[in-house]
Amino acid sequence: MELLCPAGSMPALKAAIEHGADAVYIGLKDDTNARHFAGLNFDQAKLKDAARYVHQHGKKLHVAINTFAHPNSYQRWQQAVDMAADAGADVLILADIAVLAYAAARYPKLERHLSVQASATNAAAIDFYRQFNISRVVLPRVLSMQQVRALAHSCDIDLEVFAFGSLCIMAEGRCYLSSYMTGQSPNTAGACSPAAFVNWQDNNGTLESRLNGILIDRFAPNETAGYPTLCKGRFTVGSDTYHVLEEPTSLNTLDLLPQLHAEGIKSLKIEGRQRSPAYVAQITQVWRAAIDAVLATPERFNVQPQWQQVLATLSEGSQTTLGAYHRKWK
Amino acid sequence: MKFSLGPVLYFWPKAQMLTFYRQAADSDIDIVYLGETVCSKRRELKFDDYIAIAHMLREAGKQVCLSSMTLYEAPGELRELRKYVDNGEFLVEANDVGAISMLQQQGLPFVAGAAINCYNQHTLRRLVSMGLTRWVMPVELSGQWLSEVLNQSIIADIRDCFSTEVFGFGHLPLAWSGRCFTARSENRSKDQCELCCINYPQGREVKSQDGTQVFVLNGIQTQSGQRYNLVNQLSTMQGQVDIVRLSPQLSGTFDWLAKFKANINGTAPQPLPATDSNGYWLNLAGMAAG
Repeated sequence: MELLCPAGSMPALKAAIEHGADAVYIGLKDDTNARHFAGLNFDQAKLKDAARYVHQHGKKLHVAINTFAHPNSYQRWQQAVDMAADAGADVLILADIAVLAYAAARYPKLERHLSVQASATNAAAIDFYRQFNISRVVLPRVLSMQQVRALAHSCDIDLEVFAFGSLCIMAEGRCYLSSYMTGQSPNTAGACSPAAFVNWQDNNGTLESRLNGILIDRFAPNETAGYPTLCKGRFTVGSDTYHVLEEPTSLNTLDLLPQLHAEGIKSLKIEGRQRSPAYVAQITQVWRAAIDAVLATPERFNVQPQWQQVLATLSEGSQTTLGAYHRKWK
Repeated sequence: MKFSLGPVLYFWPKAQMLTFYRQAADSDIDIVYLGETVCSKRRELKFDDYIAIAHMLREAGKQVCLSSMTLYEAPGELRELRKYVDNGEFLVEANDVGAISMLQQQGLPFVAGAAINCYNQHTLRRLVSMGLTRWVMPVELSGQWLSEVLNQSIIADIRDCFSTEVFGFGHLPLAWSGRCFTARSENRSKDQCELCCINYPQGREVKSQDGTQVFVLNGIQTQSGQRYNLVNQLSTMQGQVDIVRLSPQLSGTFDWLAKFKANINGTAPQPLPATDSNGYWLNLAGMAAG
């Protein structure tokens, strides 16, 4: 069971490796990946440095090229694949059918993983993507543990699941809420609720967060104000004002670790390429310890309180959830 | 230019569905999509009921297409999909690549619905080679994006192999989740939803705290708060869009069909109600009106 950690910079990548990641995933400095944020990610030279560093430590580098190619600039997605292959990446994480086809034809020996953005939630969808000789599928965060188990039993392909981090509650790759409000979506621009559209305003102590002018939330002076990700705002339905879609909370599957292990899940992915090196270090350390514990004696695995304490401090709104893995969440 | 009726996205009682499709049969719509695309728990109409409606519509001169679900999570849902694929008479709209996989294995043609991630000419070409005969582009794309795809030389030789369709009217389907938001709005979990969507035949409005309508909840689907309406853009679609889709609304769908047909060449423009938007087509935020 692999621990796959995020990195948006060289310091974060080094932190992940030093604290026990088996592999690190990164993206290029443009909209070919789903964390296209200012000041983040790797140019060609940094990509080579990253590959060199990761390989010196005997670990693996995954490169996410997981947005959907634009008609007039399709070459950029091809070039991203070329650049990653040239730098010595071990794995490409891909979503677009065209990019999958290109990578499979041009670099047949370079491992291809199906990005969560490809939204493969069932055995028939996984079958569809086998034409590109993918070796692993990253499962969307909409499935229950029971559904993950059914897929693990019915598909002879490696599965990767999200273990911790920001929680997308919609089937990834098929959510257009962000472009509805801002014109930019994860699929087309590599960003959800982009920072350039965020506005904060203090109204006599009440803090208002807006996205492209739309009021996402209001915070009383005693409340912690979170980033206005549009699916985590407080809106009104009927006469009730509440978190209509989801609370600001992070996914945390520590409690499920023995089950995920028992089902042969190949990799646990930690979300957060946009996070700081310190965050990556702490999160990696906790998950390394937890995975080592479950690998050593799966039947005696217990979640250590100090792990949960650390994870709670690193969570959105200091809250965590099992998300869709737990049927009651749905 | 032809017009289609998309699948009913809401959960309507059986009698209401039958009334609606009798109206469709009497209307001058060209193409009708039928089927439950949102939630497998909605079973007012079963597969055989849809097939019976399909026959009635075909006899009324309509082209019928069966729409399959968007989010498949359970093996039982795939067994239901198999029935659609094996129906033996009607074209199927795939809204998940799993459906494409099954249809291709049977050597059947298919419509790629708006929830299939086809964003460029290379993906489109690949899908055509797998059996795509009609492409409904993702709802978030613009007219400009569509023309950029269609004008690429790489698809020039296959341009006659498929038609293009655009979602042109109705609340836009924007997201699908493992969670049911309508049940959540009634403080229920999805397992105890009691099929409460049936109480909201046009979904549940979601407003911002200062009163802007932002979304519509429709079970596990989140729709646009604004109604999408491309009635005044039809003349700019000539030569690129073969079919414009109207998504069934609780009322007024066929009145709007008449307005759309009257304005194909731009000679009968309509004032856009304040609750309508057309931003996506105009390369703006989806909720904007240009």
